[in-house]
Amino acid sequence: MRLTNKKINSSLLKKRNMIQVTNLSKTYTNGVRVLNIEHLEIPKGQSFGLVGNNGAGKTTFFSLLLDLIQPSSGHILNNTIQVNTSEAWKPFTAAFIDESFLIGYLTAEEYFYFIGDLRGQNKADVDALLAKHEEFFNGEILNSKKYLRDLSKGNMKKVGIIAALIGDPEVVILDEPFANLDPTTVNRLKKIIKELADDPNRTVLVSSHDLVHTVEVCNRIVALHLGEVVKDIQTSPETLKELEAFFAV
Amino acid sequence: MACFAILGTAVFFILEDEGLEPLAAINKFMIYYILFDLVIRYFLQKMPVTNIKPLLILPINRSTIVHYTLGKTTISFFNILHAFFFVPFTVVLLYKGYGYQAILWHLAMMALIYTNNFLNILVNSKNTVFYIALALLAALGASQYYNVFDITTYSKVFFQNMYDTNYWFLIAVLLVVGTYYSAYNYFKNRLNLDDGLAKKSEVAQTENFTWLDQFGTLGTFLKNDIRLLKRNKRSRTTLIMSFIFIFYGLLFFTQSIEAYDNPWMKVFAGIFVSGGFLFTFGQFVPSWDSAYYQLMMSQNIQYREYISSKWWLMVIGTVISTLIASFYLYFGLHTYLIIVAGAIFNIGVNSHLVMLGGAFVKTPIDLTTSKQAFGDKQAFNMKTMLISLPKMLVPMGLYTVGYYLISPNAGLVLVAAAGVLGFAFRNYVFDKIEKIYKSEKYATIAAYKQKN
Repeated sequence: MRLTNKKINSSLLKKRNMIQVTNLSKTYTNGVRVLNIEHLEIPKGQSFGLVGNNGAGKTTFFSLLLDLIQPSSGHILNNTIQVNTSEAWKPFTAAFIDESFLIGYLTAEEYFYFIGDLRGQNKADVDALLAKHEEFFNGEILNSKKYLRDLSKGNMKKVGIIAALIGDPEVVILDEPFANLDPTTVNRLKKIIKELADDPNRTVLVSSHDLVHTVEVCNRIVALHLGEVVKDIQTSPETLKELEAFFAV
Repeated sequence: MACFAILGTAVFFILEDEGLEPLAAINKFMIYYILFDLVIRYFLQKMPVTNIKPLLILPINRSTIVHYTLGKTTISFFNILHAFFFVPFTVVLLYKGYGYQAILWHLAMMALIYTNNFLNILVNSKNTVFYIALALLAALGASQYYNVFDITTYSKVFFQNMYDTNYWFLIAVLLVVGTYYSAYNYFKNRLNLDDGLAKKSEVAQTENFTWLDQFGTLGTFLKNDIRLLKRNKRSRTTLIMSFIFIFYGLLFFTQSIEAYDNPWMKVFAGIFVSGGFLFTFGQFVPSWDSAYYQLMMSQNIQYREYISSKWWLMVIGTVISTLIASFYLYFGLHTYLIIVAGAIFNIGVNSHLVMLGGAFVKTPIDLTTSKQAFGDKQAFNMKTMLISLPKMLVPMGLYTVGYYLISPNAGLVLVAAAGVLGFAFRNYVFDKIEKIYKSEKYATIAAYKQKN
């Protein structure tokens, strides 16, 4: 076992690290430390799954990665760019965290084109991407004559996830992408994430409560508990059992 | 509220001084008071449906829920406000020996106010009723102004009878009881999530505004800002308020109020007539985007273009207001030139100051309600206050100096010149705002998250 771990580690070293976390911690003013990661490296091209219970620090980590909150100590490098001092990581990073990433008074099309404009994509580029994911939308998104604020939670999620793919970003961050989706859409989403991860230049970060889904789409899984990394495993047939044992009550 | 209380006490004596019979004068215009109240209610007062949902599954009678909810609306601000006017007024009436009928009159008036309350609830979701009330208000006002038809000759009899007779007030009471029961029945039959309590959703139409594409990123933001203004209740209220501001100047230029009849107050009016939109919209940049601020902050956004887009929107708003305000030419060319000079000053100087102030405002805006549109306490902080002062005082001072030292026209030139000078600082101010956005980023995100 030790040998195989070593083997994998050395093979990872060959690849450049996309995300590098050093001594990262987040403590709120009331003294509660919600995240404390001493060291974490995510190589380019990896599909990285983050699992943990509520309050484990998953969203906090993603928010730090997107520089939406300030780290109490340490820093994150995204493709060698320190995220809280430079904004140069924004052009190649895309995310969907929650509904606050949607603009409620736009229709889905307007929203996609707006994001496309910001990411330097023209209408045709966006249209091509939308056409590719038509099945995922299941006919409920485009031309629905609804503003995003009036869509159901699941449909909002679909819009947000696809918007995060506009402009072929090298780093894609999805927080709880499987939540609120119907079973068919979950399977379609898994397919999309796997396809994304197949590109050796793309790093995908996914968080979830659902161990089965995460194990299925990610080749590495990190479990957080109360802000600390408690498991860091390469996905193998035994992974699910190991994780289930860990979270067993 | 204090305003209403003071007005309620003072109005009697003011009208008496004017040589009018106070009660008759009030009764004459009561029809407008009531109609205007209805229009205001339509904009601002909402049936508190969200509070009903959790009650539905508890073991409480449906009728109790409806009675409770309707009862709750009776103590709403929109009803209490009127009590602040009518109670002192009635007290003065009693004091002046109008007798017990004054109380009957008071009861009738409050009953009519409550009729409005329940009527508003009843028609809450129907725009047509609102437009009828608004059209009626406008038509009656206009026809009275031009002496075509004076509704008040008839309506004043109705209101006067509330006082003159002992039984007429029962009509008002019947009205309030009638509307209450209509509202009660309406809601009792529709107390389901998919009916009376359903969220209204509009039919959305994708608008691409392709003609704005030629402006690049600026166009991208402008498109969104136009949609923002068009499609949200809160921003539409802002538009209506800016429209009302255009007529604010009438108080100043008609010489109807003595205290306003001097050069500096006219400049004050000039600033407001052209800058209504600039102030009401600009003070909440970037709060307008608070609901999706996290998205904006994680996208590759050019702050400069973002700020420019808002600035252009304010410029467009100011220009349109100034054009609409051209009816002030009726009061002479100089009057209109005061407004134009005010507009130049607004665009050149105030637009920057307003946005600078807005950068410190960390109040999230809920676009879907028009509630906080008036007097948002949190939005006023010391920094914003300090930045607001020069907006009015500088042009008022400049004009007065020019007016008395040289000539009224020289005063105008001074104000306009200051505005033009302001353009020179545009880039400097935009840089400053950009820096504030960046340095306040985490605090702003955290603040905007509070209510979302």
